[in-house]
Amino acid sequence: MFSGPGRISGPSADRPWTFYALAALFGGWLLFLYGPMLVIYILSFQGPNGGVTFPMVGTSLTWFRDIFRPEQMANLPVAFERSIALAAVVSILTVVISVAAGLGFRRRFPGSGILFYLAVASLVMPSLLVGFGIGLGFQVLGLPHGLFTSALGAQLTWTLPFGLFTMFAVVNRFNRSYEEAANDLGASPWQRLRYVTLPILMPGIIGIAMGAFTLSYDEYARTTLTIGTRNTLPLEIYALISSDTSPTLFAIGTLTTAVSFLLIGITLAVVLRMQRRRRQLNSVPPLGSTG
Amino acid sequence: MMYVPTKPLPRERERSRRASAEGEGDRVGTQPEFGTQPEPGTHHKNGAYRPAAPLPALRAALSRKAGEGYLVSWLQVSPLALILIVLFAAPTFLFLVVSFFDYDRVGIYPAFLLDNYHDLLTTPATLRVYLSSLRFAVIVWAITLFLGFNIAWFLIHHIRSAMMRTVLFLLIAIPFWTSGIIRTIAWIPFLGRNGAFNQILLALRITSQPLTFLLFSDFAVVITYVHLFTLLMVGPIANAMSKIDPALLEAARDAGASRWRTMVDVVIPLSKTGIALGSILVFTQVMGDYFVVKTMSGGQSASIVSMLSTQIQAMEYPPASANAMVLVTFVAILVAAMMLVVDVRKELVK
Repeated sequence: MFSGPGRISGPSADRPWTFYALAALFGGWLLFLYGPMLVIYILSFQGPNGGVTFPMVGTSLTWFRDIFRPEQMANLPVAFERSIALAAVVSILTVVISVAAGLGFRRRFPGSGILFYLAVASLVMPSLLVGFGIGLGFQVLGLPHGLFTSALGAQLTWTLPFGLFTMFAVVNRFNRSYEEAANDLGASPWQRLRYVTLPILMPGIIGIAMGAFTLSYDEYARTTLTIGTRNTLPLEIYALISSDTSPTLFAIGTLTTAVSFLLIGITLAVVLRMQRRRRQLNSVPPLGSTG
Repeated sequence: MMYVPTKPLPRERERSRRASAEGEGDRVGTQPEFGTQPEPGTHHKNGAYRPAAPLPALRAALSRKAGEGYLVSWLQVSPLALILIVLFAAPTFLFLVVSFFDYDRVGIYPAFLLDNYHDLLTTPATLRVYLSSLRFAVIVWAITLFLGFNIAWFLIHHIRSAMMRTVLFLLIAIPFWTSGIIRTIAWIPFLGRNGAFNQILLALRITSQPLTFLLFSDFAVVITYVHLFTLLMVGPIANAMSKIDPALLEAARDAGASRWRTMVDVVIPLSKTGIALGSILVFTQVMGDYFVVKTMSGGQSASIVSMLSTQIQAMEYPPASANAMVLVTFVAILVAAMMLVVDVRKELVK
């Protein structure tokens, strides 16, 4: 994800004491991060008569089954579908708009300062206020609140600045001589974008897509005042908490983590395979080389 | 506040000079006319193009090629600009307007009253809530900065294999895929009276009675914030650190700098953009939160936004808008102060 500077000394060199201190801190941090998560993973297998705290009263899969039962007071499967659909749309729009804007920002243009600070403001504005403003605006204009209108808009005010700032980091590392080489070789602007710029930026673009998807899937403060009546998953969860607490919530957490690990495992496997293939291709000696 | 500006090392100065020369080199293609020498002063030392006088800017605007350059940029950023103006700037302006309105139980009425602001600013509760939120923000900022900086340094500097680094990054990122709401309430069975943590303490005979201050307290609120927001600090700082040339660290060591001096004089100044970005994110997230305080303090602490959300639910839009404007101004001042310390824009858009 990040390409850090390699150390000049080889891996067999002695580690300084700071390495062990920081490794201990990192280990402690992982314990802190996963400690409460482990508790909810365990409690999600609570028996049918158990509650949200210890002790465990037997073990069962009751609460996992509960997730998929729509006649509950909250309709989780439908909310989940809505969340996924919204997150997919948000993710696509964020990639297209922020990649274009990131490329545009490589040149200083009149108004670039204002736009930059507008993006910063949109990112740091307390989320509930953004939702409040958009909700109020739709109300004033007499438009109904909806998943793909006001809620989509509210989430974009959060994912677009995120995408733009990620693009800045990506573009900073981009060596423009590749584009110049493409020009010199007679590529049209479109060919240059399609075959040179975008493929080089691709890892960053995938990062933006995944980041925007996660931000949207998790978002509730901006969405709650703009969604209307058909809730997304975080809002259903929120509603569940205020009405009654059952281990169902924990089961959702366990399921989410399991799916995350699965997705990441698959992605890693694909990336590893691509790297191996690329290495094989690269190992073919270039024409005319003696070695 | 976050770092002490120090004189750059000769090596670092040399590097930035080299970078600026390169910057000029690769900008040749976008110069108004190929081969035209830039006016003195039009290039900042970091290579950013800055028209110093109106004349070069004017000339650039008149030149057909540069005009097209602006046009392309404008086209590329126009969807972003449009969305931010319609969905962010306009609503913000709307509640600036509404904050001066009159209201009663039935509706809101256009007016120009300062009563909403007067009522808000003269209530002692307002000051108390702002101070309480600010205190949380400062504590959480300090903890996440310490953790985030050290974790980022460990991952970027000490982990040598790229694969291992990616795996460790994923390991700290995976919990963030679970809803923040669930991750917040996950602390309840962990910290509660009969919770996992107390059970461990009792089993190890560290305490004889379960600790009760752990849950539904300011302590619980801070713990939850740190759990939720440290990644926001790790990401930007790690990004900044990964750009540090390892030769600089070698140079510092060769010049006899201790580990600590290298950290203070080389690593921290070169990570300042990440530190500033992470700080801004953590600070504003804490200031804008209402769920964690409500859930984890057990109703003992209030937050600015929870006060606001109560007003919104009661349909008291004008006082809610006034409250929102005060909060926005407050956050804007904080962010502006941080941006003064570190010119984030200059560092980001090179």
